[in-house]
Parts: sequence; C-alpha cells; structure tokens
Amino acid sequence: MNRRLAAILLALLAPMMIAADKPVLVPDISARQVQIRYSFTGAQLLLFGAVVYPGGRPPDRQVDIAVVLRGPVQPILVREKQKVAGIWMNADSDRFRSAPSFYAVASSRPISELLDERTAAIYELGLHNLQLSPGGGALPEKERRFEAGLLDLRSRHGLYSENPHGVEINGGVLYRAVITIPSQVPVGTYTAETFLIDRNKVIAAATRDIQINKSGFERYVALAARRNRVLYGLTCVLLSLGLGWAAAAVFRRRF
Amino acid sequence: MDIYLPIAGQSVNALFIVLLGFLVGVLSGMFGVGGGFLTTPLLIFYGIPPTVAVASAATQITGASVSGVMVHMRRGGVDMKMGGVMIVGGLFGSIIGAGLFRLLQSSGRIDVAIGLLYVLILGWIGVLMLTDSLKALGYMKVAAPEQGRSRHNRWVASLPLRWRFYSSGIYVSPVAPLALGFLAGILTVFLGIGGGFILVPAMIYLLGMPARVVVGTSLVMILAVSAATTMVHSITTRAVDIVLAGLLLVGGVIGAQYGAVLTTRMKPDLLRLALAVIILLVALRVALGLAWRPDEIFSIEYL
Repeated sequence: MNRRLAAILLALLAPMMIAADKPVLVPDISARQVQIRYSFTGAQLLLFGAVVYPGGRPPDRQVDIAVVLRGPVQPILVREKQKVAGIWMNADSDRFRSAPSFYAVASSRPISELLDERTAAIYELGLHNLQLSPGGGALPEKERRFEAGLLDLRSRHGLYSENPHGVEINGGVLYRAVITIPSQVPVGTYTAETFLIDRNKVIAAATRDIQINKSGFERYVALAARRNRVLYGLTCVLLSLGLGWAAAAVFRRRF
Repeated sequence: MDIYLPIAGQSVNALFIVLLGFLVGVLSGMFGVGGGFLTTPLLIFYGIPPTVAVASAATQITGASVSGVMVHMRRGGVDMKMGGVMIVGGLFGSIIGAGLFRLLQSSGRIDVAIGLLYVLILGWIGVLMLTDSLKALGYMKVAAPEQGRSRHNRWVASLPLRWRFYSSGIYVSPVAPLALGFLAGILTVFLGIGGGFILVPAMIYLLGMPARVVVGTSLVMILAVSAATTMVHSITTRAVDIVLAGLLLVGGVIGAQYGAVLTTRMKPDLLRLALAVIILLVALRVALGLAWRPDEIFSIEYL
C-alpha cells in the first residue's frame, strides 16, 4: 500500500524533479501509526525511500543518508545520586528544557565522517549534538556531567540510539533503515527526518510524522487514571475486594 | 508472556508478577500479614518505578486481607469499636502521609525515605520477632519476668478520656489506638505495607488486647486503610496501575488461601521464626541497596 503510494508519488513528481537541479528525497515509513496494546513489547519501524536525482541519474561518487526518529520534547529534571553519610541519595539535579523523549539516528557512515561538527550540530545529528537546553546557572562542567548521565541512561534503556551503519543504500537511489522502539516509549507525535548528505553538506531533507498511541484498553486505563481519579480508585478497590472474596468463596468449598 | 502496564508505561512478564503475588500471598496467608513489605521491594528490584510499586502494592493488600477478615468476622474475632477508632486514625494518617509523600517526591528524596524507613522498621521488627521466637523455642534464655508489670503500657494508661472496649475487655483511652492507626496509615501510604506486623505486636503489648481479637481487628483496619490508600494514591500520585494490581491480586488471593491451609500444619513459633528471618533478609537487601553504589547514578523526573 505504502509502496504503491510511493510509486505513484514518484511518477507524479518525476517531471518536476527533472526540472530542478537538486535531488529530492521521497521518504516513507512502514507504519504511520504505532499502537500500544496489552502485548506491546516494542516495535520495529522501517524507514525507507528513494532519492530522485535531476536527470534521473545518480552521481558517480557515493552520497550518504542519515535518518532520525525523534519523540516529543519534554522538560525533565535529572537527579544525580551521591554518597552522603554512607547512603546513596539524590544530591544534585539539573533541568533540561527540551530533551527529546526518544531519539534514534541511523546513517550510512559514521556522522563524524559525513559532516563537520558545526553542521552536525545545526541539524542535531548524533547524540552529542542534541540541543537539550540545560537550565541556566549551572557550571559548564556540571552541565556536561548531567548531559553525559542523561545520554547514558537513555541509551541503555533503548530510548536514545546511534547506529553509524544503520542505513543501507541500494544503487545510490533506494535506502532503508530499521529503528527499534522499546516498550517504555512515551506516546505522542514522532517525526522521522531524512537527510541526504553530500560532501559535508545536507543537500536534501524530508520529514514524516508518526503517531505512537496507547490504544484500546491501555488507552482507556491511562485516560481513566488521569481524568476520573475517584472512579478509577474505586474500581481498583472493588477489584481487589471482589477477587479476595471470590478466592475465599472458591476455597471454602474445597477445604 | 509479556504484558504492557498502562500506568507504569512498560511491559513486564505477567507470569512472573502473578508468581510473585502468589508467593507473597502464601506468606501473607501463613503469617496473617498483608505481605506488602515483600511486594513493594521485589517490584522495585524488578524495575517498576517505586511510586507505582508502592501504590499498586496497597491495592493488593486489600485483596489479600479480605478472606482473613471474613474468617475472623465469622469467629467473632473482630473488635469493631476498636477497629473503628483505628480506622479513623488510619484515614488521617494516609491523608497526612500522602502530603508528606508529595513533598518528598518533589524534592527527590522519596526513594531514600522509602529505603531508610524499610531498613529501620523491618530491622527493628525482625530482631524483636527473632529474639521472641528463639525464646519461645527454647534456644534463648528467658530473662526473669518483671515483677508487678501492669497490663497496659504506662504511657497508654496515663492518657486521658478512657473508653470501654467490650469485645476486647479493656478500658483505655481511644487516643492510643487512634495514634496507632495514624502511624499505620502513614506507613501504608509510604511503604505500601499494611502495617500488620507493627499493629499486631503493638495491640498486644501496648494496648493489652487479648490475642483472640488482635489479628481480626488488625486485618479489618488494614483492609480499610489499604483501600483508602489506594484511593488517596489514585487521586494524588495517580500511580495505581490497575493491570499490575490485578496480576498481583490473581496470584495473591489464591496464594493467601494456600498459606492459610499451611498455617494449620506448622508450629506457630517456627512460623514466627521463619517470618523473622524473611523480614530481616528483606531489610538487609534494602540496606545493601542504600549503601552499595547503585546501578543508576542518574534518574529522570518529568516536569
């Protein structure tokens, strides 16, 4: 379905592209929506597409592609544990106003080989180029420490990832990348960005949105817990009373 | 079999959680305690956020105590007046406790507070129970009993305004059970424990209640306060995960029944010794968790 759509788009857009002198990216995603259900243990998204070159001929040299999947931005507070009087406890904290809740970048070659540092920072390509907007006032040394802690924590939870060889390019025209989403991703609108990179320059970029939502029962529960707090609490209490009573009733007959 | 928890926001192995509930249920049925003191730390070790673990464990305690309450009600082992006074104290305790919980949560000290309270309370109760059961089993010498010791604790006896509690056959100030209930309420909100293993000894030693009504009355109190705590948590912290609680309950209520059957086949003093050892082990594990360098130095809080 998606592939057919892409083909039609290609056919429709081809004449316009030939006229332009810059290549154009036609990206797509294996799923526009990810539903979190009771059995959700994570998902794999295939980000794929084609590069349409002016004249329809790919250049002789290798061009590179980087894809980024990015979750909604959240303001967060990062706390650091320190040993105080023999006990490990939260001692210091730092605020980040715009940390993405999910960030995965895949590229056909390591980012450092594709772009210089400044350009990579402009496009926020690579974990170390994320604009996290730390809360002001802290020493740069402390900020670096907290940033490293945040990146490390989320990398190990699978929320932040970097795959320097994650994009496969076929015939210089078709590309594909697989990005894995863990089960604890937050819901919201995600953006998938694709960058075409040639000789230290981003020559084309395209963006697609993906919705990640809780669906069915999970969505209902999460909403109920938020909106009808009293009713939700009562349901929990009644559930526990009912189950406790039922077990007692069943077992009284057996023993 | 993985299942997604909508409030905790992660997937867990459903079978593992049900088994955990079952195990805790067996213990709670055997020892007449809510079992929250085991559920909460085990859930936290498993990777559930502490707040969700505490809130959902409170829900499980309600279910686990239902069958106990039913049995004791039928036998007339519940002092409703005493229970009522303690419940009132417990409700206030859970509301005040929730306020404190929020305060500590926003300053980032809640994990340490939960850990420290666990170590202190479990360590203290565990040592008390251990020495008690060792004495009863004859492994330890019993100190010469104090002469002329009154039935009530001196502090309790000095409180004003005395009421008669007919089912318990005691004449004490309602302030004492009220305070006891208050304390149990705070503990339930903070630690996700019913407070049974604190209430029972306190009712015997401090209030001088006869053993006949102690367990039943404490179970009624636990039932009411844990239900109230579930409400308080779902209104303030919104951390009760109904799927997690349901999984724990399914295992827990069945386990509690088996535990109750097992109790009749074991020596009560051995039972107490076993419980003391379990409590001390949990306390030790939590203490190690506080003292050892944690796996995660950094933690994230959403604003």
